[in-house]
Amino acid sequence: MIKPNLDQLKARAKQIRRDIIEMTCQAGSGHPGGSLSAVEIAAALYFSVMNYDPKNPNSPDRDRFILSKGHAAPLLYSVLAEAGYFNRDFLLTFRRLGSPLQGHPDRRRLAGVEASTGSLGQGLSIGIGHALARRLDKKSYFTYVLLSDGETNEGQTWEAAAMAAHHNVDHLIAFLDYNKFQLDDATHVICDMEPMAAKWESFGWHVQEIDGHDFDQIFKAVEAAQQVKGQPAMIVSHTLKGKGISFMENNNHFHGVAPTREEADRALKELA
Amino acid sequence: MERKLGKATRDAYGQVLIELGRKNPNIVVLDADLSKSTKTADFAKAFPERFINVGIMEANMVGVASGLAACGKIPFISSFACFLMCKGFDQLRMSVAFPELNVKVVASHGGISVGEDGASQMSIEDIALAAALPHFVVMIPADEFATRALVTRAVDYPKPVFMRTCRPKAPLIYNEQTHFEIGKGMVVREGRDVSIVATGLLVAEALEASQILEKKGIQAGVMDIHTIKPIDEDLLIREAQKTKHVVVAEEHQIWGGLGSAVARVLSRNVPCKMEFVAIQDTYAESGLPAELFDKYKLSAPHIAAAAERVLGK
Repeated sequence: MIKPNLDQLKARAKQIRRDIIEMTCQAGSGHPGGSLSAVEIAAALYFSVMNYDPKNPNSPDRDRFILSKGHAAPLLYSVLAEAGYFNRDFLLTFRRLGSPLQGHPDRRRLAGVEASTGSLGQGLSIGIGHALARRLDKKSYFTYVLLSDGETNEGQTWEAAAMAAHHNVDHLIAFLDYNKFQLDDATHVICDMEPMAAKWESFGWHVQEIDGHDFDQIFKAVEAAQQVKGQPAMIVSHTLKGKGISFMENNNHFHGVAPTREEADRALKELA
Repeated sequence: MERKLGKATRDAYGQVLIELGRKNPNIVVLDADLSKSTKTADFAKAFPERFINVGIMEANMVGVASGLAACGKIPFISSFACFLMCKGFDQLRMSVAFPELNVKVVASHGGISVGEDGASQMSIEDIALAAALPHFVVMIPADEFATRALVTRAVDYPKPVFMRTCRPKAPLIYNEQTHFEIGKGMVVREGRDVSIVATGLLVAEALEASQILEKKGIQAGVMDIHTIKPIDEDLLIREAQKTKHVVVAEEHQIWGGLGSAVARVLSRNVPCKMEFVAIQDTYAESGLPAELFDKYKLSAPHIAAAAERVLGK
């Protein structure tokens, strides 16, 4: 882990938020709400925690970031641009015909995308595969998986949870972006998964609960999770959907609706 | 004439997997608590560090295999065909077919030859499901030698593969020297009057049917289409041009199986009269495999009768 420069990180988080707003606005569609909620988690990982080289994106020793909540593609693309995988201008091709920046991530089309996702519930299983390959190859990389709260509705998430713990899969660190909303309504209205942290604990995971917008808490949690041996680690991260833009925060309208030009301009002003 | 019985194709899979695992350290095998039946248990004994029994969680197993493949491993995943294809289908679509990852799905207990366990354990939809996934190769080997050769070929083919293996001992069609290529069908019997296109256990039934037909003066050729996708168009066209009459025989639901694939090729290239021996849009039941082949009209006499029908006799 690189010693984080908090001011610099906060500036990068702001840039990522601006990119999420601009690219979804320009595309006229996309999922800004759940992209904005996980900006600090992704920024902390990409700009202080993870080892990777945009010029050698398939290096076998790289740390992995798997976006299980594939609809947060605008977040992933903005972070990859900020990390130097491609030029930021490219973000404006998001969702256009022929663009590698597909509506949901497609690993064949864009270097840096570890897994093709968009059907919820699959990323944790894929992450286990990466972590097991690490164990077989005696490498030291970490696999980070970003889950949505909604996708804990999926049975496969719990298959993966049980299996990872039973097989003592470590070097596997999951973040739950717990913004408390899914597409149709609040998570407690659709299918309440509380007590969330206790569920993961009971499945045999090392569990921490943090404020997912607080860089200090994210770093401390990652450091602790990296030390865990013989057990997968879950960081339940309490977040705000639409975080960073006053009229988008906790406003589930922006789950899967892009800001209009007027809304985007207002948002960008707030993020100036 | 009864053909000599060889090993079940699932047994041949289990054995060749060990030999391949010895040569290739990237082979990793996953099973969903059916390893004694799919025969991956033998690999588990030989290479415990490269075997993962994930438990009864087919969806998760497919996802784990996807991650392993993304890291350069060659995961073979096995369960019963009905469970793996149905419970793992979204995962096969999203985590394997779409990213075109090198996962080998070898699913046992295909077809109704499962026998006494009954309809819930029988996969009659696996070919339709697997073939519907872009980028997937779909195969059903007819005997132990075909299984050995095609599993070996699959290791060298760096993309998604589905293979159905079957529960009962399979009549021997080939020998150790027979050469197999993915996507290349086999002429197992020459014939000038009618061509029987078969796959899996029905290749042996088709050969038996050709003997029934021979007694009636009909020379039936038999093809083994072990690779349903990509299908060997050249071979089908060549043989259909010779005989102009074609019967397709498969241990699969008639919708979406080999018959549809062959008809698609021939209707464009050599329109000819065709008949279809398959499971007629129904589920089967408990019974002995031979009894079920008779009751569900897949056995040699039914294939012979279909040949006579297509010839207008």
